[in-house]
Amino acid sequence: MRSLAPPALRSATIHTVLGGYTLLALFPIVLVLINAFKSRPAIFDNPLALPTAETWSLVGFERVLSKSAVPMFFGNSLIVTVASLVLILLFGAMAAWALTEYRFRARRWLTLYLAFGIMVPIRLGTVSILQLMVQLDLVNTLTALVLVYTAQGLPLAVFILSEFIAQIPQDLKDAARCDGIGEFRIFFQVVLPLVRPAVATVGVFTMVPIWNDLWFPLILAPGDSTQTITLGVQQFIGQYATDWNAVLAALTLAIIPVLVIYALFSRQLIRGITAGAVK
Amino acid sequence: MNRVSPWQVAAFLLPALLIYTVFSALPLIDTLRLGFYVTDDSGARHFAGLANFHTLLTDPQWSAGFWNAMANNLKFFLIHMAAQNPIGLLLAALLSLRGVKGAAAYRTVLFLPTLLSVVIIGFVWQLILSPLWGVAENLLGWFGLQDWFQPWLGEEGSALTTLSLVSVWQFVGIPMMLIYAALIAIPEEIVEAAVVDGASPWRVFWSIRLPLILPTLGLVTILTFVANFNAFDLVYAVKGAVAGPNYSTDILGTFFYRTFFGYQSQVGSPTMGAAVATLMFLVILAGVGLYFYVVQRRLQRYTF
Repeated sequence: MRSLAPPALRSATIHTVLGGYTLLALFPIVLVLINAFKSRPAIFDNPLALPTAETWSLVGFERVLSKSAVPMFFGNSLIVTVASLVLILLFGAMAAWALTEYRFRARRWLTLYLAFGIMVPIRLGTVSILQLMVQLDLVNTLTALVLVYTAQGLPLAVFILSEFIAQIPQDLKDAARCDGIGEFRIFFQVVLPLVRPAVATVGVFTMVPIWNDLWFPLILAPGDSTQTITLGVQQFIGQYATDWNAVLAALTLAIIPVLVIYALFSRQLIRGITAGAVK
Repeated sequence: MNRVSPWQVAAFLLPALLIYTVFSALPLIDTLRLGFYVTDDSGARHFAGLANFHTLLTDPQWSAGFWNAMANNLKFFLIHMAAQNPIGLLLAALLSLRGVKGAAAYRTVLFLPTLLSVVIIGFVWQLILSPLWGVAENLLGWFGLQDWFQPWLGEEGSALTTLSLVSVWQFVGIPMMLIYAALIAIPEEIVEAAVVDGASPWRVFWSIRLPLILPTLGLVTILTFVANFNAFDLVYAVKGAVAGPNYSTDILGTFFYRTFFGYQSQVGSPTMGAAVATLMFLVILAGVGLYFYVVQRRLQRYTF
């Protein structure tokens, strides 16, 4: 089958398909965002219209921000995500450095042991994780979530950071060693700054599943004061299902930080995914 | 090669290995072990061999639920394979064509739904498909199809398919991105040589690009498989733990949750939950094993 279409027609077809799918991808998100700023009658009468001067209303946001714990859920998610990320990146980079730089007998086995965690979901160990957290008296604490997410994120972080650390020129490390600099200072002052772009990349796409997770907050920290935003919004929707203004406002508040972070880091994120695929 | 003391190596490795072992590897092994125990009325645990698995797979009270969840999960996966990955391939193929204006912008926007939490996605689609709000009905009306409209999420026959398609809508960005990366990594000379020989773009795609990205398609398949057989969030967010209507959207993840925690009148059982987790583990392991077997063989064939 030979394409005889003139370039203009071909380009139009391509843009129709891509543009059409873009509309499909954006439509649900836009629908929530525009209706969150409308009064209740306007939401029902004309859901597809943009808010106008008459239909503009922030009543949903007022209710969510003043009468619910949504702001606190935000704080919980932020603490859990940032703490997990710091631990994953620091410990992951340290392990990746040891596994790529030093030759020792158990190296291959340890790499394989960690690689296993990339494919097998940690969720399958939930029964024992819950028992362990009960024994450690960590149920309904954010610490429990941080520990589990760190364990979950480490294998992939080690795997990808190893690829980048392996590319650091040998001369650089040798020069530092000749100057008598210790291994820890080489790692923190030479290696870590050099792989900073890779760390940012791994960070952004390790963050998304942690921020969005529903399973572990539901099981390990369902208490009123430890809910994350994902679990909180889920329960909030259940509770206020008939208050459409509040529900749409809560959804908007949950969407906006993701939009902002994506706008800031989309290049690192996409680079991370593509780098992981090519290697 | 590098003369460092074992202590230094250990200091670098220990934090990661410790956390990974204590909170991931050991709990997984321990869960697999727990599947072989039963809890008696006093709360004490006894080794019971394969009793839990026997109950799950054959006892009418349990097996109906388990096999229903398994069949639904398989359907969930097949719909992803039939819709998500071909759409991802199509979008990636278009994006990677040379001279498509705005390709980066399309790519960025098309990936956006993947980043949002399943709770948001599930609820947004629930609103859109709700007969109460009528958005979907109105939209169909623009094309004269309003009579087609059904409360798809509420009906036993269509709820699972609808949820699967919502999940496809959300996650299509992942295969798109992986395939796109593989397509743009193909050396330009190979494609140019074919074009010089008079191959059409269509031919170039089927005879050159597609065969070269087969390993990536394999990776996409196994990632979809693991994610689907481990899925939980979307069904829970939209349908709750009972996966209604009448368990028609029950998949292994929700079945596991109910078995472990209990629901309504049934008391949760950690050991029975562990048995369900073990079976899920075996399914995922079988998939991953098959993938490595097939890919390994293919790679060997390429080297001849």
